[in-house]
Amino acid sequence: MSPISRRQFLVGGAVAGTGLVLAFYIPHHGLHPVEERTFTPNAYLHLTPDGKVTVVVARSEMGQGVRTALPMILAEELDADWSQIVIEQAGASTLFGDQSTGGSASVRTTWDPMRQAGAAAREMLVTAAAQQWDVPAAECATENGFVIHAASNRRTSYGDLVGSAAKLPVPKEPKLKETSAYRLVGKSTPRLDTPPKTDGSAEFGIDFRIAGMKYAFLARCPVIGGKVASFDDGEVRKVSGVSHVVKVGDSAVAIAADSVFAALQGRKVLKVAWDDGPNQNLNTAAIVDVLRKAAGDKSVSLQSAGDVSSAKGVHFEATYETPMLAHAPMEPENCFAHYLGTSCEVWAPTQVPQDVRDSVATAVGLKPEAVHVNVTLLGGGFGRRLEHDYAVEAALVSKAIDSPVKVMWTREDDMRFSTYRPPSVHRLSATLDAQGWPVAFSHRLISPTISGQKGQPGDGGIDPDLKDEAAFLYLVPNLSVEYVAPPCAVPLGWLRSVYAAQMAFANEGFLDELAVAAGKDPLQYRLHLLAEDKEISYFDTKWRSDRLRGVLQLVAEKSGWGSPLPAGRHRGIAAFGCFGTYAAEVVEITMQDGDPHVERVVVAVDCGQVINPNILEQQLHSAIIFGLSAALRGQITVEHGQIQQANFDTYPILRMNQVPAIETHFVESHEAPTGIGEPPVPPLAPALCNALYAATKKRIRKLPILAG
Amino acid sequence: MSEITLRVNGGERKIDVPADTPLLWVVRDTLDLTGTKYGCGAGLCGACTVHLDGEAVRSCVTPVSAAAGKTVTTIEGLSQSAPHPLQQAWIAEDVPQCGYCQSGQIMQAAALLLKTPHPSEQEVIDAMTGNLCRCGTYHRIRRAIQRAASTGGGGR
Repeated sequence: MSPISRRQFLVGGAVAGTGLVLAFYIPHHGLHPVEERTFTPNAYLHLTPDGKVTVVVARSEMGQGVRTALPMILAEELDADWSQIVIEQAGASTLFGDQSTGGSASVRTTWDPMRQAGAAAREMLVTAAAQQWDVPAAECATENGFVIHAASNRRTSYGDLVGSAAKLPVPKEPKLKETSAYRLVGKSTPRLDTPPKTDGSAEFGIDFRIAGMKYAFLARCPVIGGKVASFDDGEVRKVSGVSHVVKVGDSAVAIAADSVFAALQGRKVLKVAWDDGPNQNLNTAAIVDVLRKAAGDKSVSLQSAGDVSSAKGVHFEATYETPMLAHAPMEPENCFAHYLGTSCEVWAPTQVPQDVRDSVATAVGLKPEAVHVNVTLLGGGFGRRLEHDYAVEAALVSKAIDSPVKVMWTREDDMRFSTYRPPSVHRLSATLDAQGWPVAFSHRLISPTISGQKGQPGDGGIDPDLKDEAAFLYLVPNLSVEYVAPPCAVPLGWLRSVYAAQMAFANEGFLDELAVAAGKDPLQYRLHLLAEDKEISYFDTKWRSDRLRGVLQLVAEKSGWGSPLPAGRHRGIAAFGCFGTYAAEVVEITMQDGDPHVERVVVAVDCGQVINPNILEQQLHSAIIFGLSAALRGQITVEHGQIQQANFDTYPILRMNQVPAIETHFVESHEAPTGIGEPPVPPLAPALCNALYAATKKRIRKLPILAG
Repeated sequence: MSEITLRVNGGERKIDVPADTPLLWVVRDTLDLTGTKYGCGAGLCGACTVHLDGEAVRSCVTPVSAAAGKTVTTIEGLSQSAPHPLQQAWIAEDVPQCGYCQSGQIMQAAALLLKTPHPSEQEVIDAMTGNLCRCGTYHRIRRAIQRAASTGGGGR
């Protein structure tokens, strides 16, 4: 196989458009021959005379279904024949705006541009047909890849129109469909990426290879922040197949070899003297202690109403705590890089191709446009692949050894040298009136800032993620949500739902405590606090109390809340809104040998217009199982400055024999679509802990439930 | 280095690698069959599952020497002609999310159906519990295995 270079040209330059980036885009990495008679009205779309409709997906496919959902949005407006859709993955580009795949944002941020791209192309095809037939365009309709003129009983395929359509101006404000006309959006549709994921042909980052490339593993200091003092590669060089041993930066040594096994064997016998640095005595207790001690530090306000200190009644307080977590995607970190002196080719399983481009460019001393980042399939992301550490490593190693190289991480590397969800402490307090309703509610979040640690600009001390993840949506007259950001020596990262799961665990657990104290049903307690239809402005989002109420009512109805449970079975409920989406869950458990056994989870979400219920169900299952793994046993701990977990034995994730029955429901809606990858995660832990309280009268205020 | 003969997916392959090389890396890097995945390197996740004489094994902890003279089947060789009933069932149920663990899941399920063409729900769970899926596709995996079993997926 010869080296594959990414070719991407701008021909004709960008044209001012309708919020959609209009440009002529010739697909890269040779997937499609560039033909004369093609129709490329915008960056997202490419039609050929054979009727194929190529949709460029400028987000990363990590299991959440973007390679199906985004083309569905475009195909809907184009009235394309779905069987003719071909997917092309965009690499790092300047054509698509921010290509980061995170924040449950792929559908919500591409909803408009994908619709406009499809609609613009459709209008051009209609105009082309109308001109050909010499009839008014308004008399023409489109259906399943054809333009139709019913009055004269004529029809012609999109493929036959590409040549003439390509000569027409791109409409600036194409007319979008009424939702009532949708044929594809909202319908369960099989994923386009499924067949290659059943026969081994799907290409993940770890699978990309070229002839003659090396494989490399890095030896890293076991102590967080440690550096290489010196190393002895004498034994390494005796390992057959090892070709290079090079220092990478000041904190790692890379062993490159002709095979994976040789590189691994080489790393085993490398002798490194480490400079452990300042964290050699760091441990979990000390990390949490920093948070507890910072609880009274100066805070920033995230949300407030009234004056919590003025409220009169019975006062309640509680402290909740959550641990650090690792992402543990099934595909460990890896990246291919080929530094060529004046350019660098990168093939990365990444959620952030543009960040990879920029950080690789800085690391190897090239201009960003000289770094060509191609995006493979991702064997899971969960936020781990929002980091670009492993891509920078690959580029640095390639430059150092002057060879194409695949840098790989073992599972142990992934667990021990990752970035982790920040630990958190939550101080909650509330005042209940004589009827037991809260007249004041305070939540002080104490947790290190992820973006702050990475040196990214904050907003008056507010971690930007909190703007999507920390809204309090119940209507309490006096409210205070505050944030304190203490430092943390452990490298931090964005993990699925980021701060939302911690906020929900504390809010929804404490609310359950208040309902118990008030002697009220926890569902009715919540519904009472949402009885009024109200808009809650929280940073950029206008939340609505009626929509949170709606998912609570839906999950209550579907789970049979209030109906008698079988003997020994107990239930809990929780709800939360984040990334624009509302989610509520009911968890049913039995107790087995003192531990909870989750029997059933019912989830209801309101994420606006659902694109593909088939994928929505997958995401709901995924988020619940992800949340349950974390709630039951998920924790990353530190001793002597070292992460203690190393593989799936010490960091267990749920197995088939541990998963409950899951029932999924969504609110039928034509509101603009919002996120779904993350929002179903947060309610799981508090709903489970609330069920545990119902079973045992023991309140869980610290996760994981089954610690140690 | 030692020369080892493997029967892989119906063909005979001679390879020359250290005898303690895990079968996983031979399959992936020497034989270019990348459908088999690395997940943990310790037999904990099942992403690397292949068949050795029809039995599901974790290729990441199986030295290639243990496969000498035996028949190795990987996801690429699960079915020589039309897709295996399990692969058809996987498509019908739209099982994969990220897809990374699915080769191992399918190979594990195929070994189950070879021995137990009509497994009970519990037999499916018992057979599949060693295969991790971080995306949480377990429910659809169970449905797909029962679908394949009901269409006579046990044979090959």
